[in-house]
Amino acid sequence: MAYNTEPDRHGGDDGGLAALIYNPRARGLLFQTILLLAVIGFFAWILDNTISNLAAQNKKSGFGFLEESSGFQILTTLGTYLIESRPGVATYFDIFWIGVVNTLAVAVVGIILATILGFMIGIFRLSSNIILRGFATVYVELLRNIPLLLQILFFYIVVLRILPGKREPGYTLFNGAFGLNIEGLFAPYPVVREGIGMVLMAFIGALFLAWAVAWIAKKRQEATGRQFPSFWVGLALIIAIPFTVFTMVGEPMNLEYPRFLSAGDELPDGRTVSRIKAGYDIELGGMVIVPEFLALLLALSLYTASFIAEIVRAGILAVAGGQTEAAKALGMSNGQNLRLVVIPQALRVIIPPLTSQYLNLTKNSSLAVAIAYPDIVSVFAGTALNQVGQEIEMIFMMMMVYLVISLVTSAFMNWFNDRMRLVER
Amino acid sequence: MKLRSAMGALTALGMVMTASTAFADAHSSGTLNSVAGNGSVQCGVSQGLPGFSNKDDAGNWTGIDVDFCRAIAAAVFGDANSVKFTPLSAKERFTALSSGEVDVLSRNTTWTMTRDTQLGLNFAGVNYYDGQGMMVPSSLGVSAATELDGASICTNTGTTTELNITDFFRSNNMSFELVAFEKADEVVAAYDSGRCDVYTTDKSGIAAQRLKLTDPNAHTILPETISKEPLGPVVRQGDDQWFNVVRWTLNCMINAEEMGVTSKNVTSMLNSDNPGIKRLLGTEGTFGENLGISNGWCANIIEQVGNYGETYEANVGADTPLKLARDGSVNALWTQGGLMYAPPIR
Repeated sequence: MAYNTEPDRHGGDDGGLAALIYNPRARGLLFQTILLLAVIGFFAWILDNTISNLAAQNKKSGFGFLEESSGFQILTTLGTYLIESRPGVATYFDIFWIGVVNTLAVAVVGIILATILGFMIGIFRLSSNIILRGFATVYVELLRNIPLLLQILFFYIVVLRILPGKREPGYTLFNGAFGLNIEGLFAPYPVVREGIGMVLMAFIGALFLAWAVAWIAKKRQEATGRQFPSFWVGLALIIAIPFTVFTMVGEPMNLEYPRFLSAGDELPDGRTVSRIKAGYDIELGGMVIVPEFLALLLALSLYTASFIAEIVRAGILAVAGGQTEAAKALGMSNGQNLRLVVIPQALRVIIPPLTSQYLNLTKNSSLAVAIAYPDIVSVFAGTALNQVGQEIEMIFMMMMVYLVISLVTSAFMNWFNDRMRLVER
Repeated sequence: MKLRSAMGALTALGMVMTASTAFADAHSSGTLNSVAGNGSVQCGVSQGLPGFSNKDDAGNWTGIDVDFCRAIAAAVFGDANSVKFTPLSAKERFTALSSGEVDVLSRNTTWTMTRDTQLGLNFAGVNYYDGQGMMVPSSLGVSAATELDGASICTNTGTTTELNITDFFRSNNMSFELVAFEKADEVVAAYDSGRCDVYTTDKSGIAAQRLKLTDPNAHTILPETISKEPLGPVVRQGDDQWFNVVRWTLNCMINAEEMGVTSKNVTSMLNSDNPGIKRLLGTEGTFGENLGISNGWCANIIEQVGNYGETYEANVGADTPLKLARDGSVNALWTQGGLMYAPPIR
């Protein structure tokens, strides 16, 4: 109540308006109200100005365009596998979802790869092995100091220059089940039939069972001190149960392998393969991961891993040396020390900045537009925007996508952070 | 303390309001006035398309689209150099125009009905009749576009080319993979490295981009033209005065060529007795004043930039690296069997 300490020069015997003006609380309220009205008026004016300018320019507005059909083809990616993408059939709303799925695909896989790589490099930086330590230092200093867009373009051009041409089988694995050439990585495509739902249920059940086993084993160890190999038992359960169900319901999934065609080969329908058609044909089976995705994924995860490595290093160094000494004194091995003592404490330092890196990776994926990967910026705010021309609505939708992805990531990481927090008694 | 900060906030708010109102005023009171106020024309061009809009070795913008911007400046200010160029990607161009960042878009932009009716734009005419074509490596042995079933195709995002190529392949029942990049340089790099079998864009663009390939002679341009691409300057809808200035800048250049007025002979032509030429060069009538600019507008354009034929030959014609011969093409004057035809100045 700072106001009460102000000397009240009018002594309070002046009634009415004057008293109100000299009353600091009323005066504050007055200015706050004026400011609030001005701010509201400002935004109302912006909104009104936008609407009337759009009307003056004879531009359409609203979200009706989402139901119109689009007329352009999109590069084969996860989005086009999952969502209707045929030109003339797919609506702009489908295009939007294809973009969202593609953005999510590169973000999720990128986050997983960057985390694994980042933890490895971070631990290498503290290694006593000079080669590992030197490699990790060079890696971090090189990658985090070069702009990401340059790295993406570099990896893309390098990937394209290294890979064999489209009309060669390229690098193959498992007798042609996998093939890699300039058109991308070709891999078997799983075709599922009725009954796959049961296998999925069995898998979820096995997960639950493994968790239960681990919980019981932990309780027993706390009570009696006897240990139980719950990790291996759990792993066996997760593999064995779904596999048994899989064979019992008649193997409801098989793999379609990619087929490589050479010029002059005969197709099942009797036509011969033309020179231009030679190469892997995913219409005959298999699936493709395009080089645009591979280059973007590589660049994003390598770049982000260099930051994660530094966060991990800082986290480990933050754990006091006495902790390790205590663990050694209890007879723990190096591995046990790292796994049971150092990492759980380091995680408390690591998780909050790690969240920022995950958010960065997701947002950086919008650089995909430079190398033709059809993410939401490239395909929805790019090609579709150019056809429809409603910048405000479409950019708004795109910003909402990034906002939702970022908020979900943050919420998950906050939950994880809470779980890892030091439980004080 | 509290009072002072509240007053400060209000003042700041007031300043923002005034500034924004001034901006809105500039918008509504006409592009020609705001251009005159700025002292230069803000012109949106491409990020580098040889022959159309491209920076030369000395860092100067050249090209047929650039010359058109200079012609507008010559018409408005009597000085072809009163122009500023903003390089724009295919994706950014319409947003840049409708937001007022540029006054005119002279950037090999195709006139389509959607753009004319839904984007709040007006096309002021056509300064190059183009059509979409395809280029393939000669080693593929393809001689017609109908042999391209199963091909992978590199192109730019945010253009009509994506729609045209999709239509063409669909109507011929052929499958294809489309790899769409934001910038032309990346399209060329990807095509050059063998990512795609086909490079597709407007034929003039193919002729220009081909020069950037490792071995330009190892590639063939297929004979088919799969679309109509009338390229022309674009302005915002709803400002008829500015629209007229841009449209008649183009008409002046085409009419001048038809009447044989060139940058070389324009000074002597000022004394011509031909009433058509007198009206064109402003020695008779008040055609310039009716546009809101000086009567010598067209004479300035011809003197400082040249007529349509001159800018064509200097930038994209048979003697340039692009080698786009004009004789017998649709870009010839209507008197030569082409489509270049301008309404008369009278």
